[in-house]
Amino acid sequence: MEITLNPLSPSVNKTFYTSLFDLKDGERIRTCLQCGTCSGVCPFGYIMKFPPGKIVGALRAEIFEQVLKTDTVWMCVSCNACASFCPSNIPITAALMTRTKEEMLLAGNIPTELQAALENTQRYGNPMGESPRKRADWTLGLQPEVNVLAKTRQPVDVLWYVGDYASYHSRMQSATKALARILNALGINFGILGPEEFSDGDSQRLAGERGLFEMMAQKNGALFKKYKFNEIITTDPHAFNAMKNEYPAMGITYPVKHYTQFLAERLEQLKPMLKNEIKAKVAYHDPCYLGRVNGVFDEPRALITAIPGVELVEMSHQRINSLCCGGGGGGMWLDGFQWEKAHTRLSEWRIREAVASNAQILAVACPYEPPRFEDATKTIQAASQLKVREIAELLAESMDL
Amino acid sequence: MSQDILVIIEHLRGQVTDTSYVMLAGAHQLSQSSGGGVVAVLLGHNAQKLASNLSADKVLYVDHPALAEFTFDAYQITLENLIKQQSPRAVIFGHSSIGMDIASGLSARLEFPVVSSCRTFTSEGKFISQICGGKIMAEGDLPAPTALITMVPGGYKAESGQSSQPPSVEIIAAPALGDLRVSLKQYIEPDTSDVDITKEKMLVSVGRGIQNKDNIELANDLAAALGCAVSASRPVVDQGWIPTTRLVGKSGKHVKPKIYLALGISGAPEHVEGMGDSEYIVAVNTDINAPIFNIAKYGTTVDMFDLLPVLTEKVKQAK
Amino acid sequence: MKIAVPVKFVPDLVEELTIDPGGTALDTTWLRLIISEFDDHAVEQAILVKEKNGGQVCVIMAEADGADDFLFTAAAKGADQLIKLTGDFSNVNNHALARAHAEVLKDLHPDLILTGVQAHNDLDGSIGPLLAEYLGMPYVGYVAGITIDGDKVIARKEYAGGLIAEIEVKLPAVLGIQAAEQPPRYVAYSKIRQVMSTAKIEEKPGSALSLEESIVVSRMFLPEVAERATMLEGSPDDVAAKLIAIFKEQGTL
Repeated sequence: MEITLNPLSPSVNKTFYTSLFDLKDGERIRTCLQCGTCSGVCPFGYIMKFPPGKIVGALRAEIFEQVLKTDTVWMCVSCNACASFCPSNIPITAALMTRTKEEMLLAGNIPTELQAALENTQRYGNPMGESPRKRADWTLGLQPEVNVLAKTRQPVDVLWYVGDYASYHSRMQSATKALARILNALGINFGILGPEEFSDGDSQRLAGERGLFEMMAQKNGALFKKYKFNEIITTDPHAFNAMKNEYPAMGITYPVKHYTQFLAERLEQLKPMLKNEIKAKVAYHDPCYLGRVNGVFDEPRALITAIPGVELVEMSHQRINSLCCGGGGGGMWLDGFQWEKAHTRLSEWRIREAVASNAQILAVACPYEPPRFEDATKTIQAASQLKVREIAELLAESMDL
Repeated sequence: MSQDILVIIEHLRGQVTDTSYVMLAGAHQLSQSSGGGVVAVLLGHNAQKLASNLSADKVLYVDHPALAEFTFDAYQITLENLIKQQSPRAVIFGHSSIGMDIASGLSARLEFPVVSSCRTFTSEGKFISQICGGKIMAEGDLPAPTALITMVPGGYKAESGQSSQPPSVEIIAAPALGDLRVSLKQYIEPDTSDVDITKEKMLVSVGRGIQNKDNIELANDLAAALGCAVSASRPVVDQGWIPTTRLVGKSGKHVKPKIYLALGISGAPEHVEGMGDSEYIVAVNTDINAPIFNIAKYGTTVDMFDLLPVLTEKVKQAK
Repeated sequence: MKIAVPVKFVPDLVEELTIDPGGTALDTTWLRLIISEFDDHAVEQAILVKEKNGGQVCVIMAEADGADDFLFTAAAKGADQLIKLTGDFSNVNNHALARAHAEVLKDLHPDLILTGVQAHNDLDGSIGPLLAEYLGMPYVGYVAGITIDGDKVIARKEYAGGLIAEIEVKLPAVLGIQAAEQPPRYVAYSKIRQVMSTAKIEEKPGSALSLEESIVVSRMFLPEVAERATMLEGSPDDVAAKLIAIFKEQGTL
């Protein structure tokens, strides 16, 4: 990637460093021990010219400009492993990696693929560049018809924030429909925003576009105000994270759950409906923004083990230790770039772990994962028989929906 | 005031462009409803021989050193005078790097409306233009008394604009052409060190759908297995993912392979202009509505990233 | 050096285009507008010229939904002056639009005017050469590279087959941009937001618009699909097998 930098002022290092203190717990960066845990646990740390720990080192040595001249910060997938294991509790992902990406963006150093995703988000409200009008097309044919709030304007109990990939991605749509059927079977009074819905923008935020994130949030916030509902559930852990942890600071506060939490609350109601056996070893992949970042580990597992015939197996990286699928922090839109650097994909690494755990099914709970993991099963010989399923798909299969 | 149809012939370095013949073919159709003749207009220097295979009722030839190769001022001034003198029913320009430079300016100067992107004429003498990336057709009456038209290829075959009988040539005096603001310094040849895609029997061509530079590897693998070359559409070349020598389209090469495998190419007119004459077009595109399927012989909406590795493997086995 | 960039919006092709009930124009109900791709390149090329040679870039746009956003984005990329033509431009043709721009450009006295070589919905010629005529300037279109040489500019003009012509043009001149020397740059949204509070958009009334040179469309329609492709169905494996058969049949395998 061609790096052309505008001449930086000598105090950029200092300005940047002190700007970090303004972020939540950002001051903790001063207590960095330079122990190297972050760089070691970072899935792509071995490839970065400046893995997280080294960036802090560079700041202290006042050579941060050198960091901005390399493009390796784009290998960061915002998985939060560094922050989770830092002995000094420095919020490395949010306070350092994301901020560094922001500086790269401001200087115009951005891989083309990512540029397209960000521009599409701004224009069309989704990173794929799909027509907003088609955002609810996945509902076509579903009976009963999915309640699109703009059309019916009815008050509902639950606002289901569907999300970009769950709405548009051809692989994910079957999982989205499965979830719709489950909600109907449970008698949930829910509605979706449909074509009005904007991207949650959380991955874009983590890719350095705070401004874009805030614009999307404001738009979604304005929509939420229009309708009557008691809580929000999301298909996507990234949307869950945005609405739980970032929206309140912008004045948008609603009770929000990930769909696995919502369904786990209703486990007693679900259990008798799980009629079909799924006789298989199922490994569960903890999504970064559901598990590690937001501490939701048990509910998805409770749902999976409730299915008759299922034997839950754990992979060697699990729970807080889970291995990122590589989609976060812009990774979804940096595939070519990251491949060029690493010649391996995090999703492939994870699939090998799934195979090693003897699982027949890899259960996931994030819309980035089915396409990423399924692609990986095609490139790993041993994984050709491994099935990848959203938890919603497994439940629906067992419920005969 | 005549009912003739003028056609502004384009030539580059001693070669009449294909578009010129397409315009002549279109002019013949139009002249049937206008009732006039087809008059080819050739500007150049020692270039009269270029008139020899033009299919026209007559050729008006203007010779001047400043007209040897196309430049803006020289051509526009010459044509302004000529069109005023001839007062035709219509003047057809190419929708090209030559025609488009001068048609609109002449339209404003002479106060004759100009119709863009005309593809064909109807038997009643209406124009049918192709706009919005080939997605929309617009039909209407030709403005009167004189209409300027820029014409895109694709509606008529170049052969229909060629003749084995040389037409009669009338020499028209050139106007004064001093004080020109635009001059040609030099031509820069396309890079010939690379493969000549116009000579390939088969092409594996990638479009925007390839998504990034790395995935071109997949196309390269298939092309290597098939023993042919990789070409690309504009967006891929603009990104720098593949050299310009591989560009197929309006501003790139015109190719006529036996099989043109279009991967992730939507089929916009600028690209089709460069490959529409391929014998068989096979299109791979996940968008069922992509215009490419209108000109392809075979198509599939299977994802190319799923298809390519499997196809390459099968090709290797078949060899 | 003063560089002016007149730009315009066109229908966004991401949406399915439909014809309105009258049958002669596009249905505007779901129509979105997007900057004409070549105009976007023109802005980028102008900024590149400014970065290399110094000078000022002025971007001019007729009033429309989203015009302000585009102008601010141009400012965030480096444009120095933003002008919006006010008036009703909803049903205007290129000749009239070019005249409106020319009025403003006359007062600006730019050395160089860059605009997209065409827009995909052009039906009555393109803006660039029309502007050149109304301003009495020379025009070169299909430009994919610019070098400033004192009071002249060397434009790299593209022809078919990859042939380039180096054309020398006396300034002031209008150039129709086919592609900028690098793809339009990204600008962070926070930068655009920042610029919204600091940059000013000057409003100038668009001159009286006349539609004499309008091209009257009596029928607008979607192209007939003459012989649609025979679709190959099945899994990637099935399709690959069918393709092998086709390649063999045609003697290319």
